[in-house]
Amino acid sequence: MDSVAFDVAHLLAGGIVLLSFLLLYQDRIFGLLNVFALHAFVLSLSVAWQAFIQGAPHLYITAAIALCFKAIVIPVALHRIVLRLGIERTIETVVGIGATMLVGMALVALSIVVMLPVTVASESLAREDLAFALSTVLLGLLLMVVRRYAVSQIIGFMALENGLVLAATGAKGMPLVVEISVAFSVLIAFIVIGIFLFRIRERFDTVDLEALDRFRGERP
Amino acid sequence: MSAAGPILVLSVLLVPAGSALVLAALPGYRVAARLNVLASLTTFLVAFGLFFARPAPGRFLIVDDVNVVFIVLNTFVAFTTSMFSASYIAHELEIGRLTPTYLRFYHAMYQALIGAMNLALVANNIGLIWVAVEIATLTTVLMVGIYRTREALEAAWKYFILGSVGIGFALFGTIIVYLAAQPVAGEGLNAMEWTVLVRESASLDPALLNLAFVFLLLGYGTKVGLAPLHAWLPDAHAEGPTPISAVLSGLLLNVALFALLRFKMVMAGNPSALAPGPLMITMGLTSLVFAGFMLYRRRDIKRMFAYSSIEHMGIIAFAFGMGGPLANFAGLLHMTMHSLTKSAIFFAVGHIAQAKGTQQIAAIRGLTQSHPVLGWGLVLGVIAIAGMPPMGVFMSEFLIVSSTFAREPLLAVPLVGGLLVAFGALLYRLHGLAFGDIHGNTTPIEASYLPMFAHLGLVLVAGIYIPLPAVQWFQHVARLLG
Repeated sequence: MDSVAFDVAHLLAGGIVLLSFLLLYQDRIFGLLNVFALHAFVLSLSVAWQAFIQGAPHLYITAAIALCFKAIVIPVALHRIVLRLGIERTIETVVGIGATMLVGMALVALSIVVMLPVTVASESLAREDLAFALSTVLLGLLLMVVRRYAVSQIIGFMALENGLVLAATGAKGMPLVVEISVAFSVLIAFIVIGIFLFRIRERFDTVDLEALDRFRGERP
Repeated sequence: MSAAGPILVLSVLLVPAGSALVLAALPGYRVAARLNVLASLTTFLVAFGLFFARPAPGRFLIVDDVNVVFIVLNTFVAFTTSMFSASYIAHELEIGRLTPTYLRFYHAMYQALIGAMNLALVANNIGLIWVAVEIATLTTVLMVGIYRTREALEAAWKYFILGSVGIGFALFGTIIVYLAAQPVAGEGLNAMEWTVLVRESASLDPALLNLAFVFLLLGYGTKVGLAPLHAWLPDAHAEGPTPISAVLSGLLLNVALFALLRFKMVMAGNPSALAPGPLMITMGLTSLVFAGFMLYRRRDIKRMFAYSSIEHMGIIAFAFGMGGPLANFAGLLHMTMHSLTKSAIFFAVGHIAQAKGTQQIAAIRGLTQSHPVLGWGLVLGVIAIAGMPPMGVFMSEFLIVSSTFAREPLLAVPLVGGLLVAFGALLYRLHGLAFGDIHGNTTPIEASYLPMFAHLGLVLVAGIYIPLPAVQWFQHVARLLG
């Protein structure tokens, strides 16, 4: 393993985790969208770097998909949706930012503790990539949990998916089928979510999920 | 005959896929409903043919002893549900809850869902299994939200978010399995082929497999509806169209559990890997006991039976967690019986809710007098699902309980406790629903009784006599599951 190749891969994967933390403390919805675009952009760089060092040209396609859809098309479209729905206000979080960051750090520690011992036999690059990927997945999950607005939850979900792509590309020689399907699932997910948002907007005056939560089907 | 195998297995996938496209383009809803039934029947017949002509396992698709009966069961319930759906949607259209445009979408999605579930069952590639379960999830999300009421949208959103997180974890688990297999099976598709994984399971890295299984259990477990990951399930069942509730409970939960079983077989082949049993037993028992108590507090009839599905999935996960030939046998039998019984109950409930114009349990009383056929159908169904003697569910539950008593008497206590709690809740609610003074609307309704009684008949027959080949098949698969 070339040490430069290793360092750059490390840097990029670490950058994604760092950006996940940035996502956690955004208190403006547009800020969140911008950081997410950057998140996806760094992901595409990381995937492209993996394609280069593994000599796996099909990974460039995955990188291109990440760049086009997740770093450009989706943030732009979500930007428009936010404007159209008129929800460009402060994001309301369920838990305070400080507590969220602490939980986030704990999650990163957890994924390192979990991943590193069990992957001793694997190549060191795959090992640490996987630890970073799991951190990204868990931080995405955390973002989904602590935000109340549908749009921020979507961002959390896509950050989670970015972690999955990172894991899939870190696993050397993983067949193309899966990468394409990951990219596709994100696209489909986006369409579905888009439809939902419009429907939710049509029916109610808010996309605040707490408003939806009021009716649980259990109250007489 | 052997040449017919590959054609059959492809048809099981392509007939639903093709029909989905045709149905999306077809404007008339009457024709569409009939075509839906016809396509489902064709798929069922083709699947039945797999008993006689089985293709050699390929890189992507496989028909083996484990999945062949699930494919037939899946297509059979899909076929009967399409018959129920035809009469159900006619009424929904009449009262204006659905429009013809939405129906086109509905039929196309129905076939897409069937195709995706069949794909998940026949896939021999762990990536492909994941893709198929993901497609099935997305189609059901759209169907759950089809009424576009506040509650339906909430249910669909919740299902979508929880389902996506689950499916994300499942993918992470799949990637780790690939990492474990890669040094042994080489890079590329080989390392994702399930048959290769099972063959080489003893030489895979146990630590990676353990980690992968935890993620897979959480991921696919969300789709199975195991507590504490079940939150989406009652809402999705209650707010979507009833045919979808029937397919969700009867089929999709089974398909997700089946995916988990495939991985459990890999785990079972590796002596130094963590035994998946205790994890599955814990989640299964939690689901069973939790859902048993939750059954008492239901006010919505469809939600009540959704909780009953959680309960039964818990029982099945418990049985497979116990492992061994007898418990696995009982688990397989219970999967089949639950699938048939629960969809029959939803057929009854769907028409009952239409007849009464409400899903609130308090507003439904005296069904056996106001709608005798539906009422007695429901009584039979609930008796079956509660595990009363002549029906097939009793048989499988009895096997699970007795094998647990023989091996782990302490675990049998919460198991029997949970079963009794759920039993009490179901009979208590049934009494109010089926007997007593008549409440609400008494006008007769045009309903299709055939699918409901066909299922209940099969369950009754299975409770009394299971043909020897079926028993042998169950025993054979039970041994394979380890």
